Amino acid sequence: MSCLQTIQDYALRAVTTDPDWALRALPKSDFTLCQQVTLIGSGLIWNIYFGVLALLAGFFFANALAVAKGAKSLLIRKPAEWFIFIFRGSPLFVQFFFGYFVFLSLKGVSPFFTPFTAAWLGALIVLFCNTAAYSGEIFYGALRSVPRGDVEAADAYGFSGFTRFRRIIWPTALRLAWPAYTNEAIFLFHATTLVFFSGFPAWQQKGDALYYASYFADKTFNPFVPYPILAGFFILLTLCILGIFGLINARLNRHLPQERRAKVKFKPNLMR
Amino acid sequence: MFSYCADPEALEGFTWLACYLTTGKHMSLYVSLGVVLLLLAITAPAALLFGFFGASAARSKLLPLRLLGKGYIAIVRGVPDIAFFLFFVIALDQGIEYLRHKALCPGWNEPIRQGNDFVVCTAAKMPLSTSPQWVHEVYGFSLAVLTFAIVFGAFAANVLFGAMRAVPRAQIETAEAYGMTRRQSFWRILVPQMWVYALPGLSNLWMVLIKATPLLFLLGVEDIVYWSKELGAAKLARYSDYPHGDWRMWYFLGLLVFYLLFTKLSEIVLERITRRLSHGQATTGGEALRKAAT
Repeated sequence: MSCLQTIQDYALRAVTTDPDWALRALPKSDFTLCQQVTLIGSGLIWNIYFGVLALLAGFFFANALAVAKGAKSLLIRKPAEWFIFIFRGSPLFVQFFFGYFVFLSLKGVSPFFTPFTAAWLGALIVLFCNTAAYSGEIFYGALRSVPRGDVEAADAYGFSGFTRFRRIIWPTALRLAWPAYTNEAIFLFHATTLVFFSGFPAWQQKGDALYYASYFADKTFNPFVPYPILAGFFILLTLCILGIFGLINARLNRHLPQERRAKVKFKPNLMR
Repeated sequence: MFSYCADPEALEGFTWLACYLTTGKHMSLYVSLGVVLLLLAITAPAALLFGFFGASAARSKLLPLRLLGKGYIAIVRGVPDIAFFLFFVIALDQGIEYLRHKALCPGWNEPIRQGNDFVVCTAAKMPLSTSPQWVHEVYGFSLAVLTFAIVFGAFAANVLFGAMRAVPRAQIETAEAYGMTRRQSFWRILVPQMWVYALPGLSNLWMVLIKATPLLFLLGVEDIVYWSKELGAAKLARYSDYPHGDWRMWYFLGLLVFYLLFTKLSEIVLERITRRLSHGQATTGGEALRKAAT
């Protein structure tokens, strides 16, 4: 079987809905390099799906959490503080298990919760809450480090209330938080590899990149091929994220003189 | 466990639960909590050691050593840690067996990789198939510790590398002016001073390390996740050791609370250490302490 044929067969294997496709078995022996690259790349679709959706939805919730955590009212502040504490203080792996079993119990109560026990929704919700908590903490820190002068200048110009927040405080905070938020995004994409190892079942052998990599490593008993392939894919993905976030960072900093712009660098000092 | 547990008929409600939660299997769960603490106690210094060597290599004058150090830091950081866990456990195992095979069975001339199999002579198996169960468990646990140390060593290396660069340049220049060699100024001036700069990063790393401990489950160690999954599951009534429905949710809730308490406790302790180390240092933290005192 030529490599082109393999790509045609397996490139979308991880996400296929066609019943014939679903039945198309994974290769069982004589694994070629092409098969491994194609299938692991196919699994990467799931990593991107989880990462992108959780990040997009989490961004909005994180902002709300950050504002709520900085609120004066105890009634608003405490729930946000607890939410952030719970999701930042416990391992994502345990959160996945807990979430899965909660959804499984709820499924027994009402069939409405059936899709929640599948990875595409259930794991996405856990990842969404998780990234919202981590980014919420980053944004909270950024909101608190907005220079006083900026706020005073806004006051002097007659800004107040929501307008002041939207036009002055929030853009500055976002700009300050962006390098740390980039790290968070990278670690979120890395965290998506946990999904299929933590309770959520992979139906019809449709899993993420690590699922296929470990499949090959188990079958060939040779970890030196699939895992480096996976590593290569993830390094590419990381570079893409850095590129996209760098562009956004450039736009957020476009009013500043060149030397004062914060560079987006991969700084794991602010880790999850 | 308790004296009233002797008569199963008399147990009701809370007393039943108290007895049930102290059965032998539950004791294994509690022991595995100790395993997590043991893992942390061994891994943290080991990772720090790896990190120290990594950071020293990354700032070495020799190009190959520098590339090795920087490559180690960059690769481990760029790839999901769980992929490394899955990779290293097999790779280390095969590496050890391969070396033993070369040393112990020189007469063996068949290839080691036969298709999808990894074949070494019986004497090179690690651990030997004749060894008792506990040796297998200790071997698995040691592999896990080594894997954790390699992965988190890279993160620690990055933190320490940054900390070494944060030590004011004037300090090193003074050391050179006093005629210290590069080695002397490294050990006597740089290393003692870098810790206060490294502390925020290392505290963060400690938190990440705590939150990575449930991944032991993936490395085949019977840890808290394994026992929670095992004990919480509802079994068929006939064979059931577990007289309850699907309680996995509650067991994992317990785990969640355990980790929350643990991270909270660590946070408080690390806060205190930071305060103590900042005392009298020329950093913003030290300055704030000085201002508060006067």
